[in-house]
Amino acid sequence: MEIIVCIKQVPDTTEVKIDPVKGTLIREGVPSIVNPFDKNAVEAALQIKAAKGGKVTVISMGPPQAMDALRECVAMGADEAVLLSDRAFAGADTWATSYTLAKAIEKIGKYDIIFCGKQAIDGDTAQVGPGIAEHLGLPQVTYVQKIREVTDTGMIVERAIEGGYEVISVPLPAMIAVEKSINEPRFPTMMGTMKAHKKQIPIWGAADINASEDLVGMNGSPTQVKRVFAPERRGGGEILQAEDEAGVCVLLVEKLREAKIV
Amino acid sequence: MSELIKGSAFLTSKVSPDQVFTPEDFSDMHRMVADTVASFIKEKVMPVSDAVEKMEEGVTVGLLRQAGELGMLGADIPEKYGGAEMDKISSFIITEQMTRGGSFAVAFGAHTGIGTLPILYFGTEEQKQKYLPGLASGEKVAAYALTEPEAGSDALNAKTKAVLSEDGRYYILNGTKQFITNAAWADVIVTYAKVDGEHFTAFIVDRNTPGVSIGLEEHKMGIKGSSTCSVILEDAKVPVENVLWKVGKGHQVAFNILNIGRYKLGVGCIGASKLAIELAAKYAQERQQFNMPIAKFGMIKNKIAEMAIRNYVNESLCYRTGGLIQDLVHTIDLDAEDAGQKVTEGFQEYAVECSVAKIVGSEVLDFIADEAVQIHGGYGYSQEYMVERIYRDSRINRLFEGTNEINRLIIPATLMRKAQKGEIPLIQAAMKLQEELLMPMFPEESDEPLAREEQAIENLKKVFLVVAGTAAQKLGEKMIREQEILGRMADMVCEIFGAESALLRARKILNNKGEAAAALAIKMTTCYVNDLVPRFDAWAKEVIAALEEGDTKRTMFTVLKKLTRFEPVNGYALKREIADAVYKANKYVVVV
Repeated sequence: MEIIVCIKQVPDTTEVKIDPVKGTLIREGVPSIVNPFDKNAVEAALQIKAAKGGKVTVISMGPPQAMDALRECVAMGADEAVLLSDRAFAGADTWATSYTLAKAIEKIGKYDIIFCGKQAIDGDTAQVGPGIAEHLGLPQVTYVQKIREVTDTGMIVERAIEGGYEVISVPLPAMIAVEKSINEPRFPTMMGTMKAHKKQIPIWGAADINASEDLVGMNGSPTQVKRVFAPERRGGGEILQAEDEAGVCVLLVEKLREAKIV
Repeated sequence: MSELIKGSAFLTSKVSPDQVFTPEDFSDMHRMVADTVASFIKEKVMPVSDAVEKMEEGVTVGLLRQAGELGMLGADIPEKYGGAEMDKISSFIITEQMTRGGSFAVAFGAHTGIGTLPILYFGTEEQKQKYLPGLASGEKVAAYALTEPEAGSDALNAKTKAVLSEDGRYYILNGTKQFITNAAWADVIVTYAKVDGEHFTAFIVDRNTPGVSIGLEEHKMGIKGSSTCSVILEDAKVPVENVLWKVGKGHQVAFNILNIGRYKLGVGCIGASKLAIELAAKYAQERQQFNMPIAKFGMIKNKIAEMAIRNYVNESLCYRTGGLIQDLVHTIDLDAEDAGQKVTEGFQEYAVECSVAKIVGSEVLDFIADEAVQIHGGYGYSQEYMVERIYRDSRINRLFEGTNEINRLIIPATLMRKAQKGEIPLIQAAMKLQEELLMPMFPEESDEPLAREEQAIENLKKVFLVVAGTAAQKLGEKMIREQEILGRMADMVCEIFGAESALLRARKILNNKGEAAAALAIKMTTCYVNDLVPRFDAWAKEVIAALEEGDTKRTMFTVLKKLTRFEPVNGYALKREIADAVYKANKYVVVV
């Protein structure tokens, strides 16, 4: 089994703070981690490798420091890693990102399964995995909460839906985006950590993956983020108390009058 | 590799910032090791910490097994015995991070440190092959049984006896060991007995050996989740091949392993100290009184800053020592027959630094834990808050691995031995100083950051030489009985090494990362030296007053006055700034 896992380095917070003036994420002082859902994807890949043999390759598009995230995945047990880093990739939306990742996957060439996390905790779009599948013309299953069976030619998986799940049989190669509940990602071992830091991880730019300059980064992005903002905090409600219901009604009407609503 | 820096050389010579190892020198791998262990504690240990504290069956052993699977128990063990064979700094980082896990860290420390290392460093090839793989994986748990009811600090006074069986195949051990960490769940116990009541010898004893039994759990003040029992040996038949090292040479094992244990204890205290600072800083910012967070009050800021400063000093001196040990281990061929012995000799070279780490680490943690409770007010006394446990758990560190009093005696004793052997030029330095003190002193003028503090520390080294020289001259061999003086000399050595390590680290940050990055380290060093000089001066006077009289005493006080002349800076203002930096980061921080 040749398995490719796409991962993203994200800031370690579910409450991303936003610079109110610039409208961008404040990254200063926020440690970076591997997107938690992507760790589930790595774990799923490693479990299949353990059962069926083969190779797990992790790839990520990001700035040079995203190398740390790849090393963490190698320390968990991934065999190979590739960083896609190029100034031309900057400013990419989910379309350009998935195009770039797809071009890198094409360059790697051999793959049976492409794993992704269901979404990244910073952007929350859940679009990159499906985008990769579209670019490569592959079948895809999103929100996978369980892998029931893997054969050389197909997989049977459970896809989470509201109030239950679907059982889906999918031919390989395919793109599988996983839920958090699919597994518990392993810790990197100390031996794995040492191995990961000795490993040479190649960095590929746009030219290396034969990506068209017009289709990557800002140039290749049909969508642009116009503004990011934190919604204003709403004040807490007020509970009106009186002897009986009628008393409460009187208080309520008074309040509404004060607020000039009635 | 440049020439190794000799143990205790810091007292008589200066080193450059480049020559000291600091936490800022951690590699990416070191940082990842730290993160992994921290996550292990957060995600695996903390969720079951109540069960650990109640000693629920199998919980701690299960956690040790998990840590073993991740390679965390085998950092010091070579790959060929199933270990992770990591560099020493990684091993120390693991130790530091583990102490965030409270009692679990005690089980971890006893297992990987004093439990495993005697076999690793003193075992035969057969012993290593037999025991190390299981200890690395956590399938087997180790304990170290040295203390006896009559032999605590006086370890060589052991009463446990070993007699060779008639067929010459076994030693029959009889005796009782006390306060043995991990006893309840240990599979392998490294212990000591006197062969024929005379020759102090180390043994590896399998728990299931007939005649070995474990006593009841001690009801302890803290570290309640760790097992502490007596180990009773009643005609325990231990095969002769389980003699560890050589008959009659058990003290070499015991004392060398304790050096490593002491150093690791100091490093371990950093982790718990950082956790206590984090909890106190967060609480102070959340707790509102008089319509404002208590974090804004001057006295609270002063506490937070003092906690950060002392942890900075301990962290600086511990990792400086860690770097020395690491450099030394690099020079040893770890596959050689005598590798283990060379490693322990290396720790012996840095015995003074190891004892300093033990003393300073445990006392800094005690101070920080105490202030963390104080900042929590009445809530700090409630078991609802983690600082309550940290406070109770902290206290043991001043007791085990040799009490801090024993360690305070080790420091001057080791220094005297080194001086007599000519390993450090203590006597020459003291003589040179006598001439120097007769001449007028002109302090060097410099605008460099921390120049004043550097000068002050150099002068404190001279004060130490004056005090130690006077004591040696007046008391000679009798000095060994003057424990109050020896204790003060140890205090001085601790402070010199701590303050200088803090200063060198700040300088190194300044040189490598610039002024902004070094600002906080410079402030912390400035504050520490500012408070240290008068304290140090008082100690020196105390000792001189005990040794000299009349004119000589007065002359010496004049000399001390010259050496401890130091114009204080506004420490309050600096400490407020330091506290604000801690608040902003929500944790102990050095480079911002």
